Amino acid sequence: MTQHNDQQAQRKAAMAVLAHAEAGEIAARLRNLSLPDHHDLRSPENGLVMLRGRVGGDGAPFNLGEATVSRAAVRLASGEVGFGYTLGRDGEKARLIALCDALVQSRDFGGAVERDVIAPLREQLMVRRKQAAAAAAATKVDFYTMVRGEG
Amino acid sequence: MYVAVKGGERAIENAHRLLAHKRRGDQSVAEITLEQISEQLGLAVDRVMSEGSLYDRELASLAIKQARGDLIEAIFLVRAFRATLPRLGASEPVDTGTMRVQRRVSATFKDIPGGQILGPTFDYTHRLLDPSLAQGFVPERPAAAEASTAPTPRVTDILGRDGLIESSPEAEDGASVGDLTREPLNFPADRDLRLQNLARGDEGFLLAMGYSTQRGYGRNHPFVGEIRFGEVEVEFVAEDVGFAVPLGAIELTECQMVNQFKGSATEAPCFTRGYGLAFGQSERKTMSMALVDRALRARELGEEALAPAQDEEFVMSHSDNVQATGFVEHLKLPHYVDFQSELGLLRKLRQEFADANAPDAMKEAAE
Repeated sequence: MTQHNDQQAQRKAAMAVLAHAEAGEIAARLRNLSLPDHHDLRSPENGLVMLRGRVGGDGAPFNLGEATVSRAAVRLASGEVGFGYTLGRDGEKARLIALCDALVQSRDFGGAVERDVIAPLREQLMVRRKQAAAAAAATKVDFYTMVRGEG
Repeated sequence: MYVAVKGGERAIENAHRLLAHKRRGDQSVAEITLEQISEQLGLAVDRVMSEGSLYDRELASLAIKQARGDLIEAIFLVRAFRATLPRLGASEPVDTGTMRVQRRVSATFKDIPGGQILGPTFDYTHRLLDPSLAQGFVPERPAAAEASTAPTPRVTDILGRDGLIESSPEAEDGASVGDLTREPLNFPADRDLRLQNLARGDEGFLLAMGYSTQRGYGRNHPFVGEIRFGEVEVEFVAEDVGFAVPLGAIELTECQMVNQFKGSATEAPCFTRGYGLAFGQSERKTMSMALVDRALRARELGEEALAPAQDEEFVMSHSDNVQATGFVEHLKLPHYVDFQSELGLLRKLRQEFADANAPDAMKEAAE
């Protein structure tokens, strides 16, 4: 059970990185691996997901508006099934995420895909986030009190 | 008649051909790209996504290009596009408390945990036209500073700890989330439906409604508890995967409006809340939405509802600019048959009027 949860957490963490990358970036990283045989279990398809917010930020949910989403599923020759979901309409990106998700679950490829694909993309994502955070931080207001004059 | 229809078809075809030509404008001027629209007219894209009710920057940019910059026409195009894709489901509700904040200000507290972060804002600019932007402007790189890793709690959460503000309504067990794109609107409408309606409502309409509450038509006594803008992660429970799958991030603006008190014999007085949330950086929209959300709670809070902004049927029935423009603009389409019958009626009435007012001599002569 714990092993199952560990793997689920690992898959989710990989997806959280991949969803932020461009299809071209994922494909370029995957070219460093000698990939096992695989085929599309579900060809990429586009759809809509209704995005929800919460009343007051933390209350009951409400429907805010939809977003385009692309999804795909890939099966490795060794049997692992991977799923790819991403905002937007880039079916190739969804397929690449699905392939990575299948590889993450594979005993033979899990380590390599983490090392050569996910980790560098995570690094790149963190750099981008850090830059955005630093630019925002520079606009933080430093309040100071004017020194009052005597009398 | 058949002949008239043929003539109309050719005229329509040529009108659309002329439109395409006008849309492109002077062809010696470079064509605008979707990337240029998305990157350089970002707030127009945000508005089209919000009111088109579809988060997709590329589609919104295409719609703006196709609509020649007419944002309501672009919103119309985006709404129509939605109908071409299947709905896969609904996301997990986003958590704005974990937003990667690009901007976050409070007008109620100076020293909020995480600080006041101005971000990219028009506030405090002098609103003078800048000729240097006309061509070839290269901005300085943004300044950078050490970012705090401390959390940025919502200001309303801080007020809530001391019970000074009402808490957000919890979801009732097993209650489904209302969706006005699936079921027709009925009144009275619950807050989930009202917020969905306002989130896709016309910014100008909501601005005017919100403004009216400030001018005394339904008093809110509002303060901006907090406005925040930034990225939040979206997750979707995909049944085939079996867990909540990260889909990526969206940009959102949230406004927490803090308003005057409610209280009763059994409940200590506390501030009340109005809420605004929209795609992208949409501050005017979310502030207006929060004002109107609060005004529409008049019935729930036992206030006298006399002003237009407090009338949910009035607000919700007129907030949608696609519906509104459809009904207003259909007036210019051919109404020949309707008009012929009106014309016939008017001629008859005028004849009766003429007969009634004719000099007696004429009447006698006629007889």
